[in-house]
Amino acid sequence: MSKSINYLLRRLGFYAIAAWAALTLNFFIPRMMPGDPAAIIFARFRGKLKPEAMNALRETFGLTDEPLLGQYFTYLKNLLTGDLGISIAYFPQPVTDIISTALLWTIFLAGISLIISFSIGTLLGTLAAWKRGSKLDSILPPALALFGAFPYFWLAMVALFIFGFGLGWFPLRHAYGEHVTPGLNFPFIIDAIYHAILPASTMILVSLGGWMLSMRNTMITTLGADYITFAHAKGLPSRMIMLKFAARNAILPNFTGFGMAIGFVLSGALLTEIIFSYPGQGYLLLEAVRAQDFPLMQGLFMTITLAVLGANWLVDIAILFLDPRTRR
Amino acid sequence: MSTRLNDSILIRWLRGILTNKKALAGSFLVLSFIFIAFVGPFFTYDPNAFLDTPLSPPTFTHWFGTTGQGQDVLAQTISGARQTLLIGFCTGFFVVVIGALIGGISGYYGGRVDDVLSMVINVFLVMPGLPLMVILASWLPPGPLTLMGVLVLTGWAWNARVIRSQMMALRGRDFVSAAIVSGERNIRIIVIEIMPRMLSLLASSFIGASIYAIGAQVGLEFLGLGDVSTVTWGTNLYWASNDLALLTGSWWTFVPTGLSIAFVSFGLTMINFGIDEVTNPRLISERNWRKLLPKGKMNDGITPVVINHD
Repeated sequence: MSKSINYLLRRLGFYAIAAWAALTLNFFIPRMMPGDPAAIIFARFRGKLKPEAMNALRETFGLTDEPLLGQYFTYLKNLLTGDLGISIAYFPQPVTDIISTALLWTIFLAGISLIISFSIGTLLGTLAAWKRGSKLDSILPPALALFGAFPYFWLAMVALFIFGFGLGWFPLRHAYGEHVTPGLNFPFIIDAIYHAILPASTMILVSLGGWMLSMRNTMITTLGADYITFAHAKGLPSRMIMLKFAARNAILPNFTGFGMAIGFVLSGALLTEIIFSYPGQGYLLLEAVRAQDFPLMQGLFMTITLAVLGANWLVDIAILFLDPRTRR
Repeated sequence: MSTRLNDSILIRWLRGILTNKKALAGSFLVLSFIFIAFVGPFFTYDPNAFLDTPLSPPTFTHWFGTTGQGQDVLAQTISGARQTLLIGFCTGFFVVVIGALIGGISGYYGGRVDDVLSMVINVFLVMPGLPLMVILASWLPPGPLTLMGVLVLTGWAWNARVIRSQMMALRGRDFVSAAIVSGERNIRIIVIEIMPRMLSLLASSFIGASIYAIGAQVGLEFLGLGDVSTVTWGTNLYWASNDLALLTGSWWTFVPTGLSIAFVSFGLTMINFGIDEVTNPRLISERNWRKLLPKGKMNDGITPVVINHD
């Protein structure tokens, strides 16, 4: 028991360091750039911003006359109190307000697609490794590799073009229609799922091949283990050997890979959101880039990083249940 | 002695790849794109010129139609390949060099050095790439160098991790101990003795990193963070979406570019599958094993697995 707590705390310590590294990068990137960051911003926004917006910007970046270390501590203090500054594009809304609702949509869409694609991919990988050389094993990996070669957002464009514009089966934009009121009511939930089907399917299609291939490869290694031969010799039913002996053990490395891949898949998810005008983090990221809204961009980087770290910690907890070695 | 060994490895390796169907098909696909990228632009229209009615569908004069700015889509797709592939492969190269350096040092020295370096590697691995790239790219002046720098910074960690674990495995071998005892310098052992034995890993890392670089670069440019005045695959898609390709139904402005990206990445993936089949001892012995088995369907139970006793 104490070992599992130890393990979770150690992981938490690592994520704390990672979060601190991200915070610090976020602070130093604008300051490391050639030239004065304040001057860069002001030059870009000359005549476009009201004086009060300019002041808000100055404050957000702590671009005061304080020494660098003082600015750094002010920045950390602001972050700890949840103050990410004020957005330029949505002036005078604070960045935290803009991001919070968008974060829920991203977690909903990207989370569901990640879980579905990981589950299906792992299952397909198990079957492919079990029956190597079968049709499933020889056709599916290259086919999925072809899908995996497309940029997420491009496949999203094509899906939207065919199923949205061409056939009209799915809505073209946003996360829910105008005729429903957001909240925990049945029509809203159904509508939100209906809007999520097309973007989620494109993400699943692109990422499926990776999960399948990595599960197949670890599973093949597991199948070579002596306990599998022994299970066969004992005459256990083959479905049982496949799922409870081989797949159960092979899933662990795959799961660790799952944690590592969350950030990568999320990046693709952000671009997919843009295509579908889905009101999540990705859509905000595009807005922020278009308007050169630096506070919003940095706020997005911070929240997305924290979300990924949090998801990784959940994966660690799951591994605790899957892998007895971390508990003993 | 070591050069002769490398030669023979290299030759065996090249022969294996040349007889591997997947690697051959992949190489053909990728090389033809590289060829078109370098030769093609001499034969097409000027990709930046206003030539015809904007957004006109494919015709005999413009095989792939025209963009929202009245440019020839075919010319844009071919010219776009140049910079996209160049940046992709250069980034792939630097990613592998940095990954080999940091992962190699980390795995070779172990101990404190490894603790610190693998911490750095893991932090970079867990940080989501796209938002970080966006911040970096938005502060730097847009251009190919910015793109490459940003892609290398966010992409090196994965390779470093893979190379680190391979280095740790090789570090314990006898030939390394022999080299240490004979008084060779560490850096020489890493570069001359160990790295050549990772050739296939380095090659597949290079290919993997190039796939990553092409995809990420296109994504960044699609967001408008590249230099939107140049013609690349990413900016092609950026302009397609800016000119409302979807709303106007002009599929020809984004389909050729997207398919090109996918074909190149797919070709590179196939080369990597091939390299794996040729150099992975388990897959080699499995292939030999399969030749011994009767043709046709395997029994319904289990497909035999070859165990390597190293």
